[in-house]
Amino acid sequence: MYRIEAHGIPYKRLNEMLREAADRGEKEIELVGVNGQRYLGSGIRSRVKITIHGVPGNDLGSFLDGPEITVYADGQDAIGNTMNEGKIVVHGSAGDVIGYGMRGGKIHIRGHVGYRVGIHMKEYRRQVPVVIAGGTAGDFFGEYMAGGVAILLGLDCGPGERLTGDYLGTGMHGGVIYLRGEVDPSYLGQEVAVFDLEPQDEEALDKYLQEYCQDFALDYENVRRARFIKLVPVSSRPYGRLYAY
Amino acid sequence: MIIGNVPAEFIVQVDRERCRRCKRCVLNCSFGALSFADGVVADHRKCVACHRCVAFCPESAITVVANPIAYKENAHWTPEVRGAIWKQATTGGMLLTGMGNDRPYLSYFDHLVLDACQVTNPSIDPLREPMELTTYLGRKPNSLDLSYGMDGEVRLATELAPQVKLETPIIFAPMSYGSISLNAHKALARAAKEAGILMSTGEGGLHKDLYPYSDRIVVQVASGRFGVNQEYLEHSAAIEIKIGQGAKPGIGGHLPGEKVNQEVSETRMIPVGTDALSPAPHHDIYSIEDLSQLIYALKEAIRYTRPVSVKIAAVHNVAAIASGIARAGADMIYIDGFRGGSGATPMIVRNHVGIPIEVAIASVDDRLRQEGIRNSVSLIAAGGMRHSGDVVKAIALGADAVAIGTAALVALGCRVCQKCHTGNCAWGIATQRPELVRRLDPEEGAQNLVNLIRAWSLEIKEVLGSLGVNAIESLRGSRERLRGVGLDERSLRVLGVKPAGA
Repeated sequence: MYRIEAHGIPYKRLNEMLREAADRGEKEIELVGVNGQRYLGSGIRSRVKITIHGVPGNDLGSFLDGPEITVYADGQDAIGNTMNEGKIVVHGSAGDVIGYGMRGGKIHIRGHVGYRVGIHMKEYRRQVPVVIAGGTAGDFFGEYMAGGVAILLGLDCGPGERLTGDYLGTGMHGGVIYLRGEVDPSYLGQEVAVFDLEPQDEEALDKYLQEYCQDFALDYENVRRARFIKLVPVSSRPYGRLYAY
Repeated sequence: MIIGNVPAEFIVQVDRERCRRCKRCVLNCSFGALSFADGVVADHRKCVACHRCVAFCPESAITVVANPIAYKENAHWTPEVRGAIWKQATTGGMLLTGMGNDRPYLSYFDHLVLDACQVTNPSIDPLREPMELTTYLGRKPNSLDLSYGMDGEVRLATELAPQVKLETPIIFAPMSYGSISLNAHKALARAAKEAGILMSTGEGGLHKDLYPYSDRIVVQVASGRFGVNQEYLEHSAAIEIKIGQGAKPGIGGHLPGEKVNQEVSETRMIPVGTDALSPAPHHDIYSIEDLSQLIYALKEAIRYTRPVSVKIAAVHNVAAIASGIARAGADMIYIDGFRGGSGATPMIVRNHVGIPIEVAIASVDDRLRQEGIRNSVSLIAAGGMRHSGDVVKAIALGADAVAIGTAALVALGCRVCQKCHTGNCAWGIATQRPELVRRLDPEEGAQNLVNLIRAWSLEIKEVLGSLGVNAIESLRGSRERLRGVGLDERSLRVLGVKPAGA
């Protein structure tokens, strides 16, 4: 385990140190004292494991292409921006725009997430991105989603606390959203509808949630037991009838 | 059918005496306007005046004419306006079109003239004298620090930001694979490499066949993030964040699933047959600070090895926006005027939104100079550059380089019929139909493009010589060498140009 003292080091220098370590073949790198440095893990194409102590800045793992990042604190905005491969695990809550345009890999957030999470996620061949948040989400969850899987668990929700914000799945034209709990139909985007889970959904959820619960030492049975609903687009061509040729 | 048959826009005339019934025209018509039944028969309504049949008739037996049918004359309710209403009344859809704004707005370029040397200041003969067109795109330092070694040698101490070298100040505009064919992309890439300029992927990803040219390719990152991954970013000469497009400022893009075939799917990295929707905004950019965050995210991903450009459409407040972009850390700003082209755009937006590139260049250059940050970005101007005269005037107004899209396609055979959005391009350019794409030979196409760039570069040198300067750099932002003809005082003030005679 290679250890880097990050406190007070500007992000550009810190990322250089991180990439130098990854380039010379370190398999596990630990960053301690991280205090808001952006873009950590970006520009590395190996499967290096990066452990972060302290709160990383915005765009953690942007364009991520292989590394596995674990954060033992909260995360900020734009985690896994346009991520292609790898995994990001955040033991606290995270901010807005998580997994924007993501095409592959996994993002596991233990706590709540902010606005615009999972926007324009897409999938391609074997690459099916997965975002799971343990708490609640703000508005525009899964907006414009074109592929992939977004799961919201609503664990530790207080009574009367809303699982999602408004405009849920607006413009969605691919992929699937699983919610552990109910959703107020007035929050749904026009392009999605609520369905019950099919056997293959149950199977997929088992797999995703086992891994998630393992990451955070959660009681899987307890998480899985509750009722889940599925949101999928009602049309793969929501904007097919707009034009006169 | 209360509207009945709408008159055809064009009439195809086949000279029956000359026609040898070879059917070449029928095979060439990709819009289904020609068929053969004891002679060539034309369905005039389907003709788009793409001239494919005209160009390939061995007997020159075909003519396409505008339908002379009379409409009751009305300067306000033109036949075009009436036709649009009929179409919308029967379909309920937005009118879609291709290419740039075709409305007769005032062209500032056509009201600007260049200076020349006479008697008191000698002109330069570009045939004998070296004439420098080399242009470097990228952030330039505020000052240069030199260090003096013990050996008396002088070295540059300033660390320079990454630059892209152009042999001439012209690049190819971004046009995605999907909106245009792979053969068109290959022609552009080969020509860019040979001419020492740049081509750009547009927002549809980079096909692997283009990897050998990647040091001459700008890769775009747009709101849909199609085809964007680490490998893509690394196969580039520069990276461009696409915010807007001159033909459709402020709106997103939409590649219909029909055009997403196997190859397009692989390049965009989305399943075959799915719609590729580019949202209007980047959902991670709602401010200059957010833009800055993405600029540096990209710089980090490629370890600060290439310049990052931001492409915007020219809109009313373009000067302030450009200033923000420069301060956000961009190395280049690409400004697309309202005549900029498009593979598919709602006509209402194309024809009515945005401002001319000429005034945008002038106001952005002014603002960046006033703020003392002009050196921090290279300005690329685009949007309807038709010839080297437009290029020279754009540079004199303040651009570092210009980008050409439509002009490049015309060099590949495009007749500007504005049917790109149908995917039926008879010239193999704006289509994914394999039998049509095959019509465009990438090698011959590349040669045409190289010829065009060479010809314009020669003309630019000729004009520079007449202006008495020996480097394109000496003309950049030199508006004293321009004069306005027939422009009102306020327009002249915005352009920073004196009226002719003054």
